[in-house]
Amino acid sequence: MDRTGRDNNTWLVQLQGNGPEQQAALADLREALLRGLRRGLSPPASDDEAFMEDAAQDSLVRVLDRLSQFQGRSRFLTWAISISLRVALSELRRRRWHDVSLDAITAEGASGAQTPLDGTKRPEGNWERTALVETLHAAIDSELTAKQRVALVAELRGMPQDDIARQLGSNRNAVYKLTHDARKRLKRALQAAGYEAADVHSAFGN
Amino acid sequence: MGLSAKEIEMLMQLIGLTKDEEINCEQCLALVGEFAERKLAGKSISEGLSMVEQHLGVCAECREEYEALQVALKELED
Repeated sequence: MDRTGRDNNTWLVQLQGNGPEQQAALADLREALLRGLRRGLSPPASDDEAFMEDAAQDSLVRVLDRLSQFQGRSRFLTWAISISLRVALSELRRRRWHDVSLDAITAEGASGAQTPLDGTKRPEGNWERTALVETLHAAIDSELTAKQRVALVAELRGMPQDDIARQLGSNRNAVYKLTHDARKRLKRALQAAGYEAADVHSAFGN
Repeated sequence: MGLSAKEIEMLMQLIGLTKDEEINCEQCLALVGEFAERKLAGKSISEGLSMVEQHLGVCAECREEYEALQVALKELED
């Protein structure tokens, strides 16, 4: 049971029911979402009362829409708060990025001048790094579709997937698939050129 | 499309973490609550949930949402 005195099943029964029990469950859920948002978000968003109220309300609607998808793998409120944080953070990202176009973010030099590889940290590994990066550049040009290149570069430059999706007329999951496929193609191209994960790790420290 | 050294480094790190089979953001959202609860409780992560960990490594948005969830849950526990 959580601090409202409900277990997962009670939440589901009451929220899908009617009358005073449903109303009480809705009010408690909204309050819990608001509390979760206040704690999970940072200023200035968490100080913006109007934003927090709107986010809690939008989240409540989203949680109710998805009730049938709750699998009971966590506490109900944990699941609901995870949805509310996605709703709120997606909106904050949208506000931050809404006037940035894909063309602008992926334009040549949008990240600053293309800089030579920094060999100063690991001078002994610079030759290998350079060869690896040349192979990567070649693979980006030869293995990726134009759409994959755009999505991947936009993502590397910090554009949220929701915004990439909006501009591509797509959705976040489709953009994820696009960039996942791109990463897989690049990985295979590096492997075909003789590079394994250990080489990438030793050259780039991941 | 020229990439900066920092972007190349980020891309190499992402490639290093890439798996043939990955869950997407929607699937991550369905599982991240359980993942966060287990992490907070110091419990081990099952094979199914390791897919969440992998996704969080390659998806900046889901990682940001997970980090916020961790903070929210920690505070709610206190």
